[in-house]
Amino acid sequence: MKYLDEYRDERIARGIVAELGRRTTRPWVLMEICGGQTHTLMRYGIDEMLPAGIELVHGPGCPVCVTSLETIDKAISIASRPDVTLISYGDMLRVPGSHTDLFHVKAQGGDVRVVYSPTEALKFARSNPSRKVVFFAVGFETTAPANAMAVWQAKREGLRNFSMLASHVLVPPAIRALMSSPRNRVQGFIGPGHVCTIMGYREYEDLIREFHVPIVVGGFEPLDLLEAILMLVTQLEEGRAVVENQYVRSVTYEGNLLAQKVLGEVFEVCDRKWRGIGGIPESGLSLREEYAEFDANRIFGTEGVTADEPAECISAEVLQGLKKPTDCSAFGTRCTPENPLGAPMVSSEGACAAYYLYRRHAIAASGNH
Amino acid sequence: MPPETKFDVALNCPVPIATRDSILLGHGSGGRMSGDLLRNILLPALHNPVLDRLDDQAIVDVGGSRIAFTTDSFVVKPLFFPGGDIGTLAVNGTVNDLAMGGAEPLFLSLALILEEGLPLDSLRRVMESIRVAAALASVAVVTGDTKVVEKGSGDGLFVNTSGIGLVPSGVRFSADQARPGDRVLLSGTVGDHGITILSQREGLEFESAVASDTAALHTLVADMLRSSSGIRCLRDPTRGGLSSSLNEIAARSGVGIELEENAIPIREEVQGACEMLGLDPLYVANEGKLVAIVERTEADRILEAMQQHPLGRNARMIGTVTQSHAGMVTLRTRLGTSRIVDLLAGDQLPRIC
Repeated sequence: MKYLDEYRDERIARGIVAELGRRTTRPWVLMEICGGQTHTLMRYGIDEMLPAGIELVHGPGCPVCVTSLETIDKAISIASRPDVTLISYGDMLRVPGSHTDLFHVKAQGGDVRVVYSPTEALKFARSNPSRKVVFFAVGFETTAPANAMAVWQAKREGLRNFSMLASHVLVPPAIRALMSSPRNRVQGFIGPGHVCTIMGYREYEDLIREFHVPIVVGGFEPLDLLEAILMLVTQLEEGRAVVENQYVRSVTYEGNLLAQKVLGEVFEVCDRKWRGIGGIPESGLSLREEYAEFDANRIFGTEGVTADEPAECISAEVLQGLKKPTDCSAFGTRCTPENPLGAPMVSSEGACAAYYLYRRHAIAASGNH
Repeated sequence: MPPETKFDVALNCPVPIATRDSILLGHGSGGRMSGDLLRNILLPALHNPVLDRLDDQAIVDVGGSRIAFTTDSFVVKPLFFPGGDIGTLAVNGTVNDLAMGGAEPLFLSLALILEEGLPLDSLRRVMESIRVAAALASVAVVTGDTKVVEKGSGDGLFVNTSGIGLVPSGVRFSADQARPGDRVLLSGTVGDHGITILSQREGLEFESAVASDTAALHTLVADMLRSSSGIRCLRDPTRGGLSSSLNEIAARSGVGIELEENAIPIREEVQGACEMLGLDPLYVANEGKLVAIVERTEADRILEAMQQHPLGRNARMIGTVTQSHAGMVTLRTRLGTSRIVDLLAGDQLPRIC
């Protein structure tokens, strides 16, 4: 298929891998930020192709995985109300909350629906004025502008039965948190291509000044990732640390200014709890005061809902790249996509699920598990 | 104790939701949850040697004849879609379940569960589709039933069909027959039906030129049977897609299956929709395709017979049965690496971004 096959070409891939082999003189630990990138790496077995010594650890960029337990609990509580239609992206439905998940709420009669775009939720709210329609808005800077647009539009139309449970997260503060940890092993980052399509990569220059760590903004196809890895290793071998843009067909320095504008109009930066990681200052987006009337937390009184996440799985270490999913004793046995112990096993973008789905045979063959 | 970090790291993970005390949509996905339901609740109540074979149809001896018998219920939203409707599906689906046992389909039953308020015109259209599909498949609908449920207790129209066919002597296809060295043949492009339905669904509508592939496959099977006696097993990869059918065969036969990503035919529209929605076409439903496990030496001959049939024009050899990684399906990616093609727990879920 045009514009896809070009980025999945075996011959070119082998060429990049060979060049990577020539340039690599010692081990490097690299992290891909996005869950989508993790998914591609596992799905195409790119980790198999890399020269020994190049280790990829999987970052916190799976929106499903890092949405906090209490946010899931809030969504479940709201969706259980008979007057509410909760509208969500599909893969949030299976994420376990403290006691149940949205699939079970749906099975018990809760009105939970799946859409691809928040504008569909708006459409539903318009044509069902007797329902209180709540859009469950999660994700990184990538999905935030469309969600902001939905709220902006709702306010403009005076739509009274639409609200948003917003729990957006931001990438740069997460990188800062990872780099600040004394246990950090990451020496270079494959930056989040879709996030930077919206935000540009100006912010990532600050991170480099702070931590002197190379960042290459990368795409999501196999050749994108291989090229980004090559660019990172080249920087590391040469002792450089700058922001480079591999994903030039989508990302510009400034990003999408219109999207940033609507995002800033509707949302403001807030502290945010990340599942598996904990609280990170100024790492989230919530609705501005001017849009408080659309804040589902206020409407349904769920602001105070908190949840303590029991110490059970190693998702904290996985999401920080300290451990591989296969280092977990529950991996593939007590923790599977059917019965996920932790969020990284839920979404196909989660590191654990990606390993489980695509790499189990290699793991079995190597005798690691 | 891990060393202190600048942000509060908690080794946190949610408690598992182990209690599944009610039916979830995933139980109907054809994936792992469906299998669990079958094994844990349905089969224990009913065990017998015919049922326990778990093929798409039962094959029983009656007065010296080998009768294939099957039943299937159809619940689809929307009722009408490009390429067909619930009526065409109900005929072709049951005909295909018979055909996958090598049977010549003969008779169908038809049971309709109608929801109060269903426009009569919709019912007329569905009945016309059933008439045409049955005529095309040369089967007669010889018995039936109609029930009406209150508004809200159904989804417009549910259809059940059962079917009876005759299995020629010497034909014994079953999912436990695959042997290392066998080849995997696929009759055409995958994912057409599932993507067509998805493109029509409320909240997800997108423009697409793709149509459902719903078709009766028994004449294709008859041509394959005429070409060779080397067929081990046939499956029509409906819900759960190609992946679920092959995983079932790998598990039942205790063999591995290795697929070639480059060999699996996928329409561009389907590939495009899957890329956009974050879906894997190998898990998307088909209603007019079959996958065959055949003896290695007979593979070319059978493939040729398939390609000469209108419903097998795009047939390909897509993989090999192996001794290694028994019970598992793997795929050689276009980068030359290998990955698992697993059975999914429930339905594929659209990804966020």
